[in-house]
Amino acid sequence: MDGQVILARLTGAFGGRILETHDYRGDHSATVDRSAVLDVLEFCRDDPALRFDVLMDLTAVDYLKYPGREFGPRFEVVYHLYSLPCNHRVRLQVRVEEDEAHVPSAVGLWPIANWFEREVWDMFGIRFDGHPDLRRLLMYEEFEGHPLRKDYPVNKRQPLIGPRI
Amino acid sequence: MGVGGFFTGKLDEAIGWARKYSIFQYPFVTACCGMEYMATACSHYDVDRFGAGLPRFSPRQADVLFVVGTISHKMAPVLKRIYDQMCEPKWVVAFGVCTCTGGFYDNYATVMGIDTIIPVDVYIPGCPPRPESVLDGLMKLQDKIAAGIQRY
Repeated sequence: MDGQVILARLTGAFGGRILETHDYRGDHSATVDRSAVLDVLEFCRDDPALRFDVLMDLTAVDYLKYPGREFGPRFEVVYHLYSLPCNHRVRLQVRVEEDEAHVPSAVGLWPIANWFEREVWDMFGIRFDGHPDLRRLLMYEEFEGHPLRKDYPVNKRQPLIGPRI
Repeated sequence: MGVGGFFTGKLDEAIGWARKYSIFQYPFVTACCGMEYMATACSHYDVDRFGAGLPRFSPRQADVLFVVGTISHKMAPVLKRIYDQMCEPKWVVAFGVCTCTGGFYDNYATVMGIDTIIPVDVYIPGCPPRPESVLDGLMKLQDKIAAGIQRY
């Protein structure tokens, strides 16, 4: 299915809860309101015309000091969906403020979201409500902070053993 | 070891000569350098010519620890424990630029050279090092073993 048709179907079903859509040369994305994200994801998975059965990726972006977005919501959680039967893709984004950095968990829809969300929590410090086991995935328990945040000092190391440089 | 100086010197030399041709290595392979390590170990370059052809996959049976590939801070306690488990005499080779200095990684995750954790005898730079430089490093290690120089 063509990407613009996908976006039109999403806006038709959810109206104002799809905040904005974007398409450029086969690259289609929709920004979703946080309260609607689980509904939109479930619709994408179960709708007979969309059938997005694979959560390809779940990640986040830190827009701190990003030109033009200095005052907007700091984080964006990004979902990449792919449909094996229909061979089409779409990207969904959810904007999250720094002081209330939490998103509903998608583990109930795709089990793979479990580790994706643990990684996003580890790297960006965004919590996922309803996640069964939200621990760090890549860094060790003793690590303080979230290293992919733009305000994490680029040279700051927290060694378990060895010199503290 | 023995009485008169003459005899002691000769025995040390004999032990050193024997040790340098029976290197049992423990390959601690974490990253892409492992490919070059395998290339060196296989028949084209044939590390067995130097008596180092039998990797032991238990540190308790190994003489030389080959640290091959990037070491992260999460991995550092594991590497230290592997080193502590090896029997003396033991030697350590830092294989590739990541183990020597951290290489081009300068971030929250990477150990800036394994010599901040354990003593190192031979550094083999390169990203990854060519098999020739690995063999050169191995021969330098053989010289140290024959001379009885250890850093543990």
